[in-house]
Amino acid sequence: MSQGVGVAGIYVRDQDEALAFYVDKLGFGVHTDARNGDYRWLTVQHPDQPGFQLGLFKPQPPSVDEATAATLNQVVAKGAMPPLVLVVADCRAAYDQFSKAGVEFTQEPIERYGSVDSSFRDPSGNGWKLIQAR
Amino acid sequence: MGTKTGGNGGARDPALLRRLLRAKDRMDAASDEEWPVSRLAKVSGVSQAHFARSFKHAFGVPPHRYLLTRRIERAKALLRDTSLPIVDIAFQTGWNSLGTFGRIFRDITGESPSELRSRERGASHDLAQVPHCFVSAAHRPNLKIAVSEKRRRESPDNGIAASDETEVA
Repeated sequence: MSQGVGVAGIYVRDQDEALAFYVDKLGFGVHTDARNGDYRWLTVQHPDQPGFQLGLFKPQPPSVDEATAATLNQVVAKGAMPPLVLVVADCRAAYDQFSKAGVEFTQEPIERYGSVDSSFRDPSGNGWKLIQAR
Repeated sequence: MGTKTGGNGGARDPALLRRLLRAKDRMDAASDEEWPVSRLAKVSGVSQAHFARSFKHAFGVPPHRYLLTRRIERAKALLRDTSLPIVDIAFQTGWNSLGTFGRIFRDITGESPSELRSRERGASHDLAQVPHCFVSAAHRPNLKIAVSEKRRRESPDNGIAASDETEVA
């Protein structure tokens, strides 16, 4: 067995919308999609990274109360959560592919620090850096 | 005010906040460009009157002042990381005159562009391992008051009114 971080999650305003974004636009696969009443445990996985799941979690009761859920949705929508980093072999190729799929880019690819990087956001407001592997 | 949004520009609705973020992202991506409220409001899909109030409520600073901080941040990076002449940096970061750039730069950072450049040249940096957005955020000026107000407070005997900034509430 390998040890390490297995799941890390982000808050999304709508899990169906997030699922469509991460799977249809970015090419992730669904790892777990389990419902229990209103609650839905939803994780996706990068095809090259079978040991790690990215959780797409909706802030909602009973995990948090309604007011806290509203606050969390606002914080995400303001882009205030820490950015995530997606490492790709070719940043410009990924930019072209994701752009065509309708991903909202906030920065076109720029070459610097010996690499190429770009930025995009998911529909909820979570920010991603798209960085070319060095 | 006196609207159904309670005077905060309705900026508690995540969908609206997400659209306001889009305007902020656009300023981030092209801070050298002109960003009148009409253009920003269009990006966010709200009325001009609604935009300025909502943006300030959401992000804590008026849109114009946010743009200034991004321009100064970028100018600082160019002063630090390149050998470009200061006049080129001024134009590249969105100012129409070197004089205005120098004055606002000093108002915000407390030193002139050339002073900052020579000071930064003496320091060593190890930021190549840090994603760019964190580096730039670390160098962003924390501008809590209007530039004109900052200037007024720091120069009590300076009776000349500042006219560089057309701040939107």
